[in-house]
Amino acid sequence: MAVSAKKLGLDELKDKAKAIRRHIIDITTEAASGHPSSSLSATEVVTALFFGGFMKLDPKNPTAKERDRFVLSKGHAVPVLYAAMAEAGFFSVKDIMSLRKLGSVYEGHPNMARLPGIEASTGSLGQGLSFGLGQALGVRMDKIDSHVYVMTGDGEMGEGQVWEAIAAAEKYKTSNLTLIIDQNGYQQTGSTKEVLDLTAFGPKVEAFGWHVQTINGNDMGEVVKALEAARKITDRPTCIVSQTKKGFGILPVLEKEKDLNYHGKPLSKKLAEEALALLS
Amino acid sequence: MAGAAAGGTTLGEKAGLKMGQATRDAFGDALRDLGDEFPEIVTVDGDVGNSTRTEVFAKKYPNRAVNVGIAESNMVSVAGGLASTGKTAVTASFACFLMNNAFDQIRMSVAFPKLNVKLVGSHAGISIGEDGPSQMGIEDVSLACSLPNVVVMVPSDAASTKAAVRAMIEHKGPTYLRLGRPKVPMIYGDSCKDFKIGKSITVRDGGDVTIIANGLMVSAALDAAKDLEDAGIQARVIDMHTVKPIDRDAIVKAAKETGAIVVAEEHLHHGGLGSVVAQVVSETHPVRMAYVDVGDCYAESGDPDGLLQKYGLTAENIVKAVKSLKK
Ligand SMILES: Cc1ncc(C[n+]2csc(CCOP(=O)(O)OP(=O)(O)O)c2C)c(N)n1
Ligand SMILES: [Mg+2]
Repeated sequence: MAVSAKKLGLDELKDKAKAIRRHIIDITTEAASGHPSSSLSATEVVTALFFGGFMKLDPKNPTAKERDRFVLSKGHAVPVLYAAMAEAGFFSVKDIMSLRKLGSVYEGHPNMARLPGIEASTGSLGQGLSFGLGQALGVRMDKIDSHVYVMTGDGEMGEGQVWEAIAAAEKYKTSNLTLIIDQNGYQQTGSTKEVLDLTAFGPKVEAFGWHVQTINGNDMGEVVKALEAARKITDRPTCIVSQTKKGFGILPVLEKEKDLNYHGKPLSKKLAEEALALLS
Repeated sequence: MAGAAAGGTTLGEKAGLKMGQATRDAFGDALRDLGDEFPEIVTVDGDVGNSTRTEVFAKKYPNRAVNVGIAESNMVSVAGGLASTGKTAVTASFACFLMNNAFDQIRMSVAFPKLNVKLVGSHAGISIGEDGPSQMGIEDVSLACSLPNVVVMVPSDAASTKAAVRAMIEHKGPTYLRLGRPKVPMIYGDSCKDFKIGKSITVRDGGDVTIIANGLMVSAALDAAKDLEDAGIQARVIDMHTVKPIDRDAIVKAAKETGAIVVAEEHLHHGGLGSVVAQVVSETHPVRMAYVDVGDCYAESGDPDGLLQKYGLTAENIVKAVKSLKK
């Protein structure tokens, strides 16, 4: 089956990430609501998945059986997913400017019932890894060579269900399942240190029997390397602890606003201009 | 569109109601104000205290506030444990994450052992707007009402919310309080002295038809009553702020005196206020009924006013429902 886009080299991937970041700013500022900072921390990983040759995808046939899947369990970061899918040709960049508007299929959180190519309806945190595990088991039963990537937030890891899924995935040795924890250090009401400190994700998940890598998730080179290494593991599920910064790419703007979490807040038109200037 | 521009809705304009606080804001203020009088109050949060407004209490009483992170099941059972040590445990999240995500914990750690846990669900209904259906609590009243021992309250405005918060703290046993995100019109002005758990409030008298509503649909009902008056129909409007225990007397009286009942609520069709009222009506004094609610579907992202229009939660639809019964 067609791979969605040609496999981009490192510099091209970095440019693609920049374009995706600009879309994130554009669409959330236009919507005047949404979660840009949560989307920006995850941009390298999502960009690498869609354009680094890691996912078998056909934008013209989004439900092809042999496709690989990306489940955005931290569904509030859906702007990064819409932006990547638009760049990949599932729909146009113009389409996603209708984000969050009445009638638009580009809802505030992913809705697989309305938008083909969305692999899971999320927005209630904590469920994506279990759902992805079900998908990984399903394709394996059908002897389809297909990989499932799931991204959770670090705050989201507070949900017990995620750890239930981690245990169950080890039982079934789903090597076609990769969990990426977007460890950006913040959740809704403060830093993860203050609210619920689960750091040292690596040793914790490893203790469950998973293959674990801990990387700088805003470094495209490290992201690509880690995804390549994860694909080589054939005997157990894999986890990438992706250490990132919330709002990466426009940090000077968040610093100026004295809010390094900036959770669930769109940028004003004026701040968006400053942010876009950093991404040109 | 003044209300909508201010982050609220255009509800209540026809009835001449003034826009007031969101019920979640009224809740946060009221809880803070009760902190000294009721030293056993503690809050248990799941990383959304700035949305539910428990943070207003938590800021004043940091040593009486617990935040367990994004973990609603854990949050509810922790609240149960706190209550078992004599605390009045107020635990809050979005209505959907609280009721839907932690339902068995609510059953086993709260309802079944009859513990003094005050469940508070904010962001109920579709009027939360742009965040979309995954964040909308529209099954919560049905879930809450299904549980023995739990009082279920859906206040319509800021003043009645403040009264409901006091009532819930004074009540011994589990309660569920449903709150909304947008600003809503003021039904009662500055205070709602008549508020009593299980006792509805007739906010407008009339003998031709009864509209039973709660939450922000009370404003819509008053708008509708205004239109109906112009058409020569006198509508009684009842604020059924407590869904459980339901005010049977008021319902039976309405059925007998007005002969037709429309129920309006910001909830799914099955299992909410409409179902509860219909059970009473069918048992006591059957009359024709009609319903204005979200129906049997999940909504979508959009602006609050646009959503209320699209999904039919409007005064116009209440008027239509009344006229369909009066034919
Ligand atoms: C079950 C559930 N509880 C609460 C929320 C509200 N909520 C939305 S985003 C968020 C914080 C998420 O933090 P994290 O997982 O670290 O993601 P980040 O935004 O930092 O990427 C919360 C509490 C939710 N969406 N789902
Ligand atoms: Mg985070």
